[in-house]
Amino acid sequence: MAQAINKPAAGSHGGHGAGHGGRHEEHHDQEAMKTFGFWLFLITDVILFGTLFATFVVLRLNTDGGPTGAELIELNGIIISTFILLTSSFTSGVSVLEMNKGSKRGLILWLAITALLGAAFIYLEVAEFMHLVHEGATIGTSAYWSAFFTLVGTHGLHVTVGLVWMVALMLQLSRRGITPVTKRKVGIISLYWHFLDVVWIFVFTIVYLMGVM
Amino acid sequence: MLDKLKEFASEFFVTGDPLILGAQVSIGLSLVAIIFALTFFKKWKWLWTEWLTSVDHKKIGIMYIIASLLMLFRGGVDALLMRMQLAAPQLEFLNAEHYNAIFTTHGVIMILFMAMPLMFGLFNIVVPLQIGARDVAFPFLNSLSFWMFFFGAMLFNVSFIIGGSPDAGWLAYPPLSELSGSPGLGQDFYIWGIQISGIGSLATGINFIVTILKMRAPGMKLMQMPMFIWSVLSSCITIIFAFPILTVTLFLLFLDRYLGAHFFTLDGGGNPMMYINLIWMWGHPEVYIVILPAFGIFSEVVSTFSKKKLFGYKSMVFALMSISFFSFFTWAHHFFTMGSGADVNAFFAITTMLIAIPTGVKVFNWLFTMYRGRITFSTPMMWAVAFIPCFVVGGMTGVMLSVAPADFQFHNSYFLIAHFHQVLIGGVVFGYFAGLYYWWPKMFGFRLHEGLGKWAFWFWNIGFYVCFMPQYALGLDGMTRRVNTYDFDMGWQPLNVISTVGAFLMGLAFIFQVWQIAHSIKFYKKEKDGDAWDGRTLEWSIPSPAPLYNFARLPQVRSQDDWWEEKQRKAKGEPAKPLAPLEPIHMPKNSGIPFIMSACWFTAGFGFVWDWKWMIVLGLGGVVVCMLARSFSYDTDYYIPVDEIERTEAALRGTK
Repeated sequence: MAQAINKPAAGSHGGHGAGHGGRHEEHHDQEAMKTFGFWLFLITDVILFGTLFATFVVLRLNTDGGPTGAELIELNGIIISTFILLTSSFTSGVSVLEMNKGSKRGLILWLAITALLGAAFIYLEVAEFMHLVHEGATIGTSAYWSAFFTLVGTHGLHVTVGLVWMVALMLQLSRRGITPVTKRKVGIISLYWHFLDVVWIFVFTIVYLMGVM
Repeated sequence: MLDKLKEFASEFFVTGDPLILGAQVSIGLSLVAIIFALTFFKKWKWLWTEWLTSVDHKKIGIMYIIASLLMLFRGGVDALLMRMQLAAPQLEFLNAEHYNAIFTTHGVIMILFMAMPLMFGLFNIVVPLQIGARDVAFPFLNSLSFWMFFFGAMLFNVSFIIGGSPDAGWLAYPPLSELSGSPGLGQDFYIWGIQISGIGSLATGINFIVTILKMRAPGMKLMQMPMFIWSVLSSCITIIFAFPILTVTLFLLFLDRYLGAHFFTLDGGGNPMMYINLIWMWGHPEVYIVILPAFGIFSEVVSTFSKKKLFGYKSMVFALMSISFFSFFTWAHHFFTMGSGADVNAFFAITTMLIAIPTGVKVFNWLFTMYRGRITFSTPMMWAVAFIPCFVVGGMTGVMLSVAPADFQFHNSYFLIAHFHQVLIGGVVFGYFAGLYYWWPKMFGFRLHEGLGKWAFWFWNIGFYVCFMPQYALGLDGMTRRVNTYDFDMGWQPLNVISTVGAFLMGLAFIFQVWQIAHSIKFYKKEKDGDAWDGRTLEWSIPSPAPLYNFARLPQVRSQDDWWEEKQRKAKGEPAKPLAPLEPIHMPKNSGIPFIMSACWFTAGFGFVWDWKWMIVLGLGGVVVCMLARSFSYDTDYYIPVDEIERTEAALRGTK
């Protein structure tokens, strides 16, 4: 891939060098580079979640005589929030389609729907955590609950960051419209959003389905 | 009111130790002196616009190197204090607590705040120049990485005068590092100092992978890249897989201490051994992260000073990449004694031994590069040549340690201490010194005094062997690491005295290096030709120091060692490549956000250490504001017009 880019014949070569290509092409290269960088960031995030999953698996039976997940977690709410998050992944995909059609209004609208679904997911997660704390399971109860709250909470924190980011992006889009830069930004956040969806599928499977059912 | 203030101050500052009081006074005085000097010479604005907000990879590189040399000084003082304490039996120069703090900070500082930034400094200065690029892929992120490192290091270092040093060892094994074992604040400084700078390292890893894969000069194929670039790539790939594990591990330890979680505690179902596994899953790749670029430097230096193409280019690439792969499968050899069972130990023993193979391949490649070469023994080459025997011995003792049954004897003894110092000093430090001497003219436009450099070289080398060879014997005699004193009847005194003498010889060597730099600045002689060593790679084709935009025209690369080939063609009288017309150069604008954002992280970290909620909110809030400010700013770059490039080039090349 890199070699193809570096063939002089291709006329462009990334970075801050103004070369043979026009400024437009160069801009395109820079945005592509940022997207590539984000993919690498996602690798690091995979490792981060991988470590948390490994921790959870190691500690899954260490309830120290206290409550277990199966006793306290109500799966119905989790299934609802799973569907909400999966739907938000779909709507974020629709927003990218709208962007490719060049519809600024459609893009912002579908991003807003995605953000609302994300907010609903966070609301349900906070409600679940409050329920658990109320039932007497906090992060300090046992190793199992430490690992549970940390893994699920880290995912929730990621979603929250994504929400703030999405709102900021909607403001930028309404002000600047669809440009190469905002296009790349939308592309990156939708990558991020799909990634969090995939992570959630693992959380749902390992923490909830295998751990609770 | 005054009493309250006094009470606060006695908790806030570390008190009651004359050594630390001295340090506090001298730090306070130097701070006052720096502030006074900056104000008196009206340099605040210069500092801010030229350095603190700079996104120029060359300036960031220089700042990394300055910071790392300061850290080398502090880590070195720690080492000398330890050696003084151990010079004779039953000394009471340092008490046990103080000794614990010092070996902890020595380890953390030397690996994370000396080796890493020195490495990043060289990455920054060399990588864009060697691949013919004008900056790194993400200059803003690069500046952020530096400041995250810097403020993380400051947060860690401040602990020895404010709040108290960490003293649970450089990797802070629980349960000792838990609240039950270390109730003081030192461990919290440890967590946040390393966490903040670790995020910076992670970003650097991403940044340089993209730079290398996407920003090479037109025509430069992957298999034509200089070997240093390959080593940076393999190191950065290792970084992005290893550092997230560190981030998580420290975060979990933080949760244990701050929120009472039970990841690594002895009660509540926690598992301390999981921490040891996790930290070494990062920790072992980490030592390869710092050694791989040193291998790259040796390849450049050996090839340049032997006037020969590097022997076995492809096998070198393969060796680098396979080391970065295998580095993830050896972590358990750090705790064979933990009791994982024979099968697990056998697996990790074999993977560890496997790493010796690609390393051996490299050693032979360097030797064959030198074979029948026209060798000049300038200072960079001397470090490279001294490295080979040193690293071979260090590597062999490593293989001895990897034999799991034998390791039960060597484990945690001075044999181990001698081994890893031999590979880290003989490999990493010698390598980075070679790189520093080699690229110094490129960084600053003048050479370092060779004679003083040779004095420093010999003191370092002799000091190294005098210091660490006796430690192998001490380890076999049963002396364990981290003991702050020993009895007369152990018979360890003679070797310890020798070892201490060696440590001071290395201290002397450092003074020679400082003298060398000061002397070379005083008798500054501009290096007129950009090609200080008759080099082979692209960085030597441009003036020293390189102009802001590095290359007025991006080079068209045709082969490996392109600059050398170009010079050969020129000598043969072949016509030079036709010069393309100049075009405006696209550059990133300076930004204050990285500095401010990292300062906010520092504030948040400091708040977490003291559990001051207002400070945590202030710091983290500042981080969010900085991120949003960056996201909303679209005016982040500019163009250097052609006539300005022409003027700069004429001024630089005109002096030729």
